[in-house]
Amino acid sequence: MLNLLIVLVVILAVVALASVVRVFELGADLRGHDPSAVTESDNRTQSTILVFAGICYMAYVFYQIFWGPEVLPVAASVHGVKTDFLLNLTWAIILPVFFITHILLIYFGYKYFHRSDRKSDFFAHSTKLEAVWTIVPTIVLSSLIVYGLSTWQEITGPTPEETMVIELYSKQFDWTARYAGDDNRLGPSGYRLIEGGNTLGVDLTDAASNDDKVVRGEFHLPVGKPVLFKFHSRDVIHSAYMPHFRTQMNCVPGMTTQFHFVPTMTTAEMRVETGNPEFDYLLLCNKICGAAHNNMQMNIIVESEADFNAWLAGQKTLAEQLSKPVESEIKPQQAEVLEASTETPNGI
Amino acid sequence: MADHTEHVHHAHHGKPDFWTHYVFSQDHKMISKQFLVTAMIMGVVGMMMSVFFRLQLGWPGQSFAILETFLGKWAPDGVLDPNMYLALVTIHGTIMVFMVLTGGLSGTFANLLIPLQIGARDMASGFLNMLSFWFFLGSSVIMLASLFVETGPASGGWTIYPPLSALPQAIPGSGLGMTLWLVSMTLFIVSSLLGGINYIVTIINLRTKGMSMDRMPLTTWALFITAILGLLSFPVLLSAALLLVFDRSFGTSFYLSDIFISGQALEHTGGSPILFQHLFWFLGHPEVYIVLLPALGITSEVVSTMSRKPIFGYKAMVGSMLAIAFLSMIVWGHHMFVTGMNPFLGSVFTFTTLLVAIPSAVKVFNYLTTLWKGNIVYSPAMLFAIGLVSTFITGGLTGIILGDSALDINIHDTYFVVGHFHIVMGASAIFGMFSGVYHWFPKMYGRMMNKNLGYAHFWITITSMYGVFFPMHFLGLAGIPRRYYDNTAFPIFDGLQDINEMISLFAILGACAQAIFFFNFIYSIYRGPRASQNPWHSNALEWTTPVNPGHGNWPGAIPTVYRWAYDYSRPDKDVDFIPQNVPPTADEKEIH
Repeated sequence: MLNLLIVLVVILAVVALASVVRVFELGADLRGHDPSAVTESDNRTQSTILVFAGICYMAYVFYQIFWGPEVLPVAASVHGVKTDFLLNLTWAIILPVFFITHILLIYFGYKYFHRSDRKSDFFAHSTKLEAVWTIVPTIVLSSLIVYGLSTWQEITGPTPEETMVIELYSKQFDWTARYAGDDNRLGPSGYRLIEGGNTLGVDLTDAASNDDKVVRGEFHLPVGKPVLFKFHSRDVIHSAYMPHFRTQMNCVPGMTTQFHFVPTMTTAEMRVETGNPEFDYLLLCNKICGAAHNNMQMNIIVESEADFNAWLAGQKTLAEQLSKPVESEIKPQQAEVLEASTETPNGI
Repeated sequence: MADHTEHVHHAHHGKPDFWTHYVFSQDHKMISKQFLVTAMIMGVVGMMMSVFFRLQLGWPGQSFAILETFLGKWAPDGVLDPNMYLALVTIHGTIMVFMVLTGGLSGTFANLLIPLQIGARDMASGFLNMLSFWFFLGSSVIMLASLFVETGPASGGWTIYPPLSALPQAIPGSGLGMTLWLVSMTLFIVSSLLGGINYIVTIINLRTKGMSMDRMPLTTWALFITAILGLLSFPVLLSAALLLVFDRSFGTSFYLSDIFISGQALEHTGGSPILFQHLFWFLGHPEVYIVLLPALGITSEVVSTMSRKPIFGYKAMVGSMLAIAFLSMIVWGHHMFVTGMNPFLGSVFTFTTLLVAIPSAVKVFNYLTTLWKGNIVYSPAMLFAIGLVSTFITGGLTGIILGDSALDINIHDTYFVVGHFHIVMGASAIFGMFSGVYHWFPKMYGRMMNKNLGYAHFWITITSMYGVFFPMHFLGLAGIPRRYYDNTAFPIFDGLQDINEMISLFAILGACAQAIFFFNFIYSIYRGPRASQNPWHSNALEWTTPVNPGHGNWPGAIPTVYRWAYDYSRPDKDVDFIPQNVPPTADEKEIH
């Protein structure tokens, strides 16, 4: 009933509007005007609104620029500081361009509105001018490209030696972190080995797997130490996004992606910096992955190396967690189980 | 062309009945209207969807009766279902990018303007042209039908990345809904190719006497380059879609490998999801310019005509469009900086991407110089053209940030991207389309649109557009990912919720403003004041036809062209404008 009423009201509104428009047009007709012709007063009004709206728009942009530093979180990684500098440099170039071009657009729009006693300036071509606005952007962009690419190269450059390796493993809709353990080598894994508690499909027969440590809910990082993340996904594409570290990398089923960085601030320092005693670094999923995409997260704790080592020592190794000893004497048995699970992937 | 005389024309086109005139028409002008009306209907659907998901984003979890009215079981108690949220986002994107801004924009204006502006009786093949529309209509209908599927429409994002789009286990929308999406898209590509081939052939072969390429109006140039771009890139999307169909239905593994889902390891091995992204963006990036170039072409024509001044740097305008089109084919990797692709490849794509800014800058400065010392008539079309210049600048500049791989790492897939592309591609293209509709409405329907409603439409639209999309840049910098049903799981984003609320209010305002346009459009078709033959005092050839041109366009011989389309306010002449078909006087030099 209510819907019917709404529909009726809308129809009546349309009819009323049509009548109003009709009255105006007939009125103009009677006065001998063409109601559709753009008049001098239209030109004056519209160009005046253009100035007013243009100033409002520029003020609105100007005001929002001050949000920028507010909303962009403090960079908490070595490369993050560099990309923030590049970002600010880029803003410093594009904002003046934005304001200058808009001021010209609005100024010309106002100054040259149509007056019947004037004639436009016939100015169709100027090689000199066109050369200027081809060459100047080329130079500016070239310098941005060079600077941007050198930053990109630093970020994606070779991993420093003695980098701790951590696997971030994604699935709908949670994250798991696996530390490589004392040998700093992740045990090999495969999706066909996923079984029971072994949700990452780690090959338990491999010696490198024994000391791997798997954690959920939150993971820890030592401050000031390089970390190399290896990303995996078991179902659809996810993206590991850690905005405070200016880090993002897709997790793609069937391949391993990686990213390394050095965190520079501990969680405690960041809590002071942000004035938020409940602050935690976050790992979010940033590639559409299904119904609960908006709640696929993990907390990250950055702490001193000593605290980190103590925390890591307290975590169980994979062998302990799965409470299936992977001693060499029972290895053949284990291999059989694995083989079986490879053959019948459905038997879970 | 010469023997296309009046006699032949009448012999060709007998008296049309209702069906051949309105439905199975082969007249390019009617096909253009068919494209426009279909796109407008699809536009309403796409816009309603955006309002629905903006309600959820502005006031997460709140109940809205309107959601239940329209979405039924997908909004129990008026609260949007998370899967439906993703579906709305997906279908909104698909409809807007393909049905409205590709089919609608190119389909409407290429069909209307190419034959009229180059002086042809019709397209090279009227039949192919008709087929192009019918494939487009079929594609639109199937896309709408997919909304009514039990498991919901496609919901993996408009970019339909597998494995999400390939596995119904991963998201319900990847069942029948996704199949229909792929069928719809296949029909759409066929439509676009049939149209594109026709546009190219027509422009190359059917130009009237004197209409050399360097006298062609920039609108036709833009549509020409767009058609070539579409012809080169759409087939790649078709192959990507077909391979996805194989993976989904026939057990192949082009895009799938190493997947364990719903407690089961799948048999697919050896494929790569990244391959799909390469194929998709090989179309996807040129697609941005397939959408944008016609809008820029329309703007060039409108800005010049309404400033009563030749377009500044005609050759540079053509050259920059060619440069943009070429570059657009070698930048697709900038959508994939964080997929784990080789960093060296990433730097190549950064380099080519930032180069696009150069021809874009040339275009902007040329528009500004055209306005300089002009004599600007503020028709609604002109306002939208100026709006386009503004959005093209605003959105283009933030592209310099996104195109830089080192900066993209942090803002990839955040609201920064959403703000950027909606301004530079969405708003610019739709402004170009509005500009075109206001400008050529008298040519399409023989009547004028109401200018005051047009003014109101423009100012409310641009205000709400910037109100919606500009703050999104800052949501993105704060780290809010796109395609999130809500941000309530992240207390650090709580402080930004009022911005989301404001964005939603502007979105609703913007949607309401479009009602003004629809009212104006429909009212003017029936009741608008009758148009004169050349209401904007334009030089282009389409205004030399009668007010309501029949099939065949010119009742007599086709006009011969003697000059370019931009002889406005020539200093050596007393008249304000000289149409292209006016022969030069003895002492006159051709300028341009």
